[in-house]
Amino acid sequence: MTVSILLFLPVIAAVITAFIKNGAAKHVALFFAVAELAVALLLLTRFVPDASVQFSVSYPWLPKFGIYFTAGIDGISMIMVLLATVLVPLIILTTYQHQYKNAGAFYALILFMQAGMLTVFTALNGFLFYVGWEAALIPIYFICGLWGGENRIRITIKFFIYTFAGSLFMLLGLIYLYLHSPAKTYELSNLTSMGLTNLQQAWLFWAFFIAFAIKMPVFPFHTWQPDTYTVSPSAGTMLLSGIMLKMGIYGVIRWLLPNVPVGFLIWQNIVMILAVIGIVYASLIAFNQKDGKRLVAYSSIAHVGLIAAGIFAYNTQGMQGALIQMINHGINVVGLFFVWDIISRRLNTRDISLIGGIAKVAPQFSIAFLIITLGTVALPLTNGFIGEFLLLKAVFNYNIWIAAVAGLTIIFGAVYMLRMYKQVMHGETNELTALFTDVTGTEKLVLGIICTLIIVIGVYPQPLLHISEAAVNNLLADISQKVSAMTNK
Amino acid sequence: MTTLIILSVLPLLLLYLGLFKANKTLLPVSVIGLLVGLGFAFAEWNANAQPIFSGMMLFDRFSVAFSSITILSTVLILLLSKGYFEKISSHVAEYYAIILFALAGIIVMVSFHNMVMLFIGIEIMSVSLYILAGIRKNDFASNEAALKYFLMGAFSTGFLLFGITLIYGASGSFNLEAIRNYVVESPREISPLFYTGLLLVIVGMCFKVGAAPFHFWTPDVYEGAPTLITTFMSTVVKTAGFAAFLRLFSACFATLSDFWAPVLLIITVLTLFIGNITALYQQSFKRMLAFSSISHAGYLLFAIVALGSASASSVFVYASAYSVASIIAFAALILVHRQSGSDSFDSFNGLASKNPFLAFTLTVAMLSLAGIPLTAGFVGKFFMFSEALNKYQIWLVVLAVVNAIISIFYYFRVIIAMYFRTTDRGEVAVPAYYTFVLGLSAIITIVIGVYPALISDLI
Repeated sequence: MTVSILLFLPVIAAVITAFIKNGAAKHVALFFAVAELAVALLLLTRFVPDASVQFSVSYPWLPKFGIYFTAGIDGISMIMVLLATVLVPLIILTTYQHQYKNAGAFYALILFMQAGMLTVFTALNGFLFYVGWEAALIPIYFICGLWGGENRIRITIKFFIYTFAGSLFMLLGLIYLYLHSPAKTYELSNLTSMGLTNLQQAWLFWAFFIAFAIKMPVFPFHTWQPDTYTVSPSAGTMLLSGIMLKMGIYGVIRWLLPNVPVGFLIWQNIVMILAVIGIVYASLIAFNQKDGKRLVAYSSIAHVGLIAAGIFAYNTQGMQGALIQMINHGINVVGLFFVWDIISRRLNTRDISLIGGIAKVAPQFSIAFLIITLGTVALPLTNGFIGEFLLLKAVFNYNIWIAAVAGLTIIFGAVYMLRMYKQVMHGETNELTALFTDVTGTEKLVLGIICTLIIVIGVYPQPLLHISEAAVNNLLADISQKVSAMTNK
Repeated sequence: MTTLIILSVLPLLLLYLGLFKANKTLLPVSVIGLLVGLGFAFAEWNANAQPIFSGMMLFDRFSVAFSSITILSTVLILLLSKGYFEKISSHVAEYYAIILFALAGIIVMVSFHNMVMLFIGIEIMSVSLYILAGIRKNDFASNEAALKYFLMGAFSTGFLLFGITLIYGASGSFNLEAIRNYVVESPREISPLFYTGLLLVIVGMCFKVGAAPFHFWTPDVYEGAPTLITTFMSTVVKTAGFAAFLRLFSACFATLSDFWAPVLLIITVLTLFIGNITALYQQSFKRMLAFSSISHAGYLLFAIVALGSASASSVFVYASAYSVASIIAFAALILVHRQSGSDSFDSFNGLASKNPFLAFTLTVAMLSLAGIPLTAGFVGKFFMFSEALNKYQIWLVVLAVVNAIISIFYYFRVIIAMYFRTTDRGEVAVPAYYTFVLGLSAIITIVIGVYPALISDLI
């Protein structure tokens, strides 16, 4: 039982699904996504939550250049694997009400993207990490471009160029690390074990950080995000916001911090300030959005800004908070985009000011929407609370003033999310919303699962935190040891 | 060695077949002949090759590898030519023969061990190409291409020959080993003549591979020549040019890199930017490919600027990836041009809904040319970047990355046209030979991209 099953199953699934004709494709895709989830859960049951890397594989790939197919799962990766394997079947279920043309290709691309993302989350070789990183990008480009809304050509190419540009600099960073490493391989353990000067680390930091910052996105690298989220088909938006942006956050934890710890500490302050600016800026724009999907897109920038700030605070709470908040943000944002998908499919508009009074005609939908909204605004006993609490505590330990500004995210978030909820669900039912039918079938199933997850994680987050605890502690201890060794030199 | 003999006799055989009007047999005979030649090339795989013919030629791994890739690319191109030359003229046998003569010259170019053989190889190839560029006798553009190519080619050959003469004057030999000994033994007493000769050789070689600022002939010649000949020129000929360039410099001038590397560095940066930025503004797919081939020449020059032990395999991987992807691109262009009568990007609109297979293979080719992982093009770029960073040319690599980003715009224009736009034109007819070549090339591109160790350790 190794991680290769996890990585190759979606590739095989994608190839099979590509040849399935229209109607059956979604069922086949769902079958494989659930199978993949089962594999992940099986791995979880055998997982020992200590700091070690488990289920690992290492095959020679291009050994002359130090490139190996090395992958494995530790506590941090396990959280990410769970995120990617839980959300993909949910996302496939959300598409059940849509009739996509060339459905086979659509679902094949989703599964192929999942393979790329899981590779990113488990790779322990720099080359493999980069390949997974790009392999996840190509499918989402086609998903957004082929099944997206108007203006998609201009917007998707902008998205592609942004992310591709970022990742090429990361590639240079990886090659640079490799050339200066003692054993001349791309293995993570080798890349982290070398001694670059402080100046080199300060430069290399940006080679990696730009790639990750574009993916998350952190202000001011976010300009591709609102447009892309808005024009993409909702499944594409969910993949982007639910899973793919976590590649950037995970990259910071796994590749940026251990490889250039001194560079990380040199720029820590600057990034914290950027993250906080992003939080306030995105929240202020979210206030003024008329398009519900766009509002959620901006709220996502604000939430991710807080996660970034938590990581750059560089302590255990921040790291743990970031990991659990990645899961929570994934669940909540998929829920919110699904809610807007349901609304726009029924009403053919996402304009908040035109919609009102849905709660009266669709009570079940209204409850689900409320739970998701509360999870997003981090009400205690919902999943968002524990994550944001840990993150804010981490930022507070770092600097009280930054924490004060970052704390605004909770207030701002509550204001614009609840205002959106009130506007859409309460008030008088108008001509447009009078015929709104309540959720049915798969919609009910998806919303049910999401609401359950929100409440269960909110009430009892301990098992999730326990998975990653040892790995996070080990990582931080390792790095502080290395940093003190460098400063003593 | 046997390969060269086969490739020299084969065209003569084809000419006789043409004389007896056996036009149907031309394609099978040339393909089989080439495959036999390829087989003999593999058979000569030898780690400890010795110079032959009094030190004129050396069939080492380098030459076998580059002979194989050029022969293989030629086979693919010839398969595309079924029914192509018949439309242009009645003297079909001559075209097959001339292409194979050019290939014979190329084999000499990648296995020379003496400057004279380098010159002879380049001339055999070039003279054949002048004719091929002008084979559409009544077409104005084709004639213009041939004339331009001939004038520029003759000019650059002059530079090259002058350079070789000066190097001979300084070192007293045409033999690569003797020249290297001259350079290594007394590096402080190298005559200024030698350096002048070296610069002239660089100019001559840069003309041949189409590097800026000696690239002006490329777009016009590529556009004017029949598309199939353009394919041959931009893949096989370019590969051969770089192989010869690299062979000469790694054999003779490696220790003088402090002198010539700055010159080539400037040429590389110019080539990258001129090729890429001009390609951005093209409306014609064929012209875009011509300019993008200039920028690929820039990436290939990396291996020479950062000359090292791995340069040969980097050039080999990059050139193979580039050749295979270009063959797909040109094959698709020929098919689309047949239907729409135009080379513009617009004629690719909506291709994906009518011809999913053709669109898919062209997408693979474009992704490979753009250097996206899991395609061969990425492996090539990865090797080039690694090598240049290894020599601490960080700024060169940063500029190359900027160029790779620019290139996304024009490569993705085709993908966008095929998948995201619509058309009222019908399905493009794809003959079986084309399906085979397109499919095989796409598979090669992906297989090398997924498992590059297959070819990266050959040399």
